[in-house]
Amino acid sequence: MSGYLAYVGKRLGQFVLVVFVGINLAYVITHATPIDPVEQSISAVTSFGNTAPEAIAEMRKSLRELYGLEGSGWEQYSRFWSRILVGDFGPSLSAFPTPVGTLIARAMPWTIGLLVTATVITWALGNLLGGLAGYYQKNRVLKAMGVVAMTLHPIPYYIVALLLLIIFGFVWPILPISGGSQMNLAQGWTLDYVASVLTHSILPALSLIMIGLGSWFLGMRSLVSNVVTEDYVVYAELAGVDRSRILGSYVMRNALLPQVTGLAMSLGGIFNGAIITEKVFGYPGLGTLLVDAVYAGDYGLVLGVTTVSILGVSVGVLVIDLVYPLLDPRVQVS
Amino acid sequence: MGAVLRDLLRYNIEFRIGVLLTGIVVALSALSFVSPYSPIDTYVVAPDVPPNATNWFGTNSRGQDVFWQLTFALRNTLLFGFTVAILSRILSLVIGLLAGYKGGLADRVLMSVNDSFIVIPLFPVLVLFYFVLRDTMSWGLLALIMACLGWSYDARLIRSVAMSLKGREFTQTSIFSGMSTREILVGEHLPYVMPIVFSTTMNNMNWSIGLEVTLSVLGFTDIETPTIGGMIYWANQHTAMVAGIWWWFAFPVVAIVMAFVGLFLLAVSMNEYIDPRSRLARVGGGGG
Repeated sequence: MSGYLAYVGKRLGQFVLVVFVGINLAYVITHATPIDPVEQSISAVTSFGNTAPEAIAEMRKSLRELYGLEGSGWEQYSRFWSRILVGDFGPSLSAFPTPVGTLIARAMPWTIGLLVTATVITWALGNLLGGLAGYYQKNRVLKAMGVVAMTLHPIPYYIVALLLLIIFGFVWPILPISGGSQMNLAQGWTLDYVASVLTHSILPALSLIMIGLGSWFLGMRSLVSNVVTEDYVVYAELAGVDRSRILGSYVMRNALLPQVTGLAMSLGGIFNGAIITEKVFGYPGLGTLLVDAVYAGDYGLVLGVTTVSILGVSVGVLVIDLVYPLLDPRVQVS
Repeated sequence: MGAVLRDLLRYNIEFRIGVLLTGIVVALSALSFVSPYSPIDTYVVAPDVPPNATNWFGTNSRGQDVFWQLTFALRNTLLFGFTVAILSRILSLVIGLLAGYKGGLADRVLMSVNDSFIVIPLFPVLVLFYFVLRDTMSWGLLALIMACLGWSYDARLIRSVAMSLKGREFTQTSIFSGMSTREILVGEHLPYVMPIVFSTTMNNMNWSIGLEVTLSVLGFTDIETPTIGGMIYWANQHTAMVAGIWWWFAFPVVAIVMAFVGLFLLAVSMNEYIDPRSRLARVGGGGG
């Protein structure tokens, strides 16, 4: 047990390092810019319509502080960190004076809801089908599925999302193509609202699943086809153990473990995908927030979303890494 | 090398399709050198003409011939992927080989940095880069940034091979015969990891091209250099979809899907060739 505790300590250290490197990257990028970011951001906001002079002064002050442009280099750096650590990204410029934190908190449930559902479905389905395809290698249907997976897998999210949009938006318009729910419905646990949220999530989720499925399918298929040649599987077959039992208890179980780490790794990748998917379907999550913030020149919001996504992905990987040795006794924790 | 290619072409249908698709895409991009139009000039042909005998892929609302525009876009997109792949290969080779061979503290430090890069979500970071650089964000600069971000996963792969090579007898012989670390890594270990480098090059190209397309579609890159993502961006800007100018979208999408599938199949078939178990299964020898 003390071995596991040491492992937990090591992983926690790594987690802190990852977050540290990530946020420093954001700091360095921000400071590498040759242009005056504050004035640029302010002019981006004030070019539309009238903004009160007091508001502009407040924006400038908060931005200079957030960018860390006051005081010596070390002071700038430490002030940047002390704000980030308490989650203070200042007010949003494009939705002044709403704090960035509020905007992120509002968008977060949408992204997490879509992401978790899509990831779980994709992972389960891809591994199940891939496992079957790896075990029953002669099956025609599963072979054809492999070809489809191979073709879909390398295509970027954007293209698939676009195709779905064309098919279900214009050619056969049966599903809503934009937004998170119907505009005129009040939020709450009413049947209409929940149904509306669900129907609006079908297309974005479908595009995520279509792309994600391929890699799980192909990965699991090759893992299973390797396990199948192991001596203990051959022995079980010769001993006349039921084939479905061999597949479920002997083959899939052992092949599944690397896929569990893969699940954590893909959280990062799927987040990238969620951004573009959300933008294409106008889904009110973090991706849309980020892209719109870039268009509006809203620095605090861009930095906030970036930081939150770095944190989210690192936490995901950490949790999986901590659970992993409990699942697989072969992993040496020391 | 010739024998390897012959084997792959004979036994591997994925490789054959991959060669065919990539070949078509490369041939199209090579045609850009004989294009009658410059890629940045607009209104050189009548706008919004559907595909016909003279304009094979039609013309767009900016008065450009979609076929010739596509050749330039493919050339830039492929070159972009290739540049990123080469630069990041160098990084992952140096770091992977060094970490695997040296072990100890050097390995731990390098791999901690490596793990951080693996999990950091790259898309928001790239968006942040674009946000602060804006107009100074050029095609080459983006390639450089992506190369700096895209080496980590493959470095881990190379490291694992280097670690097993370290334990082999020939490495010990090299050490005792007085070869320096650099000589051992370049002369002895590099040839062993080259097959992995080749197959990951294709994957890395796909990864970088995919991100470039995504960024361009949103307008987060240098939109003046014609790329596939850039073409879709302009088509979006002119609401080509709503206006029914489908050929402006369709041809770049088909071309890029061909490139993706082609490169992916090349990578998969090479990977399979490296793994002797699956190669044997394919040619009908033992195991399978």
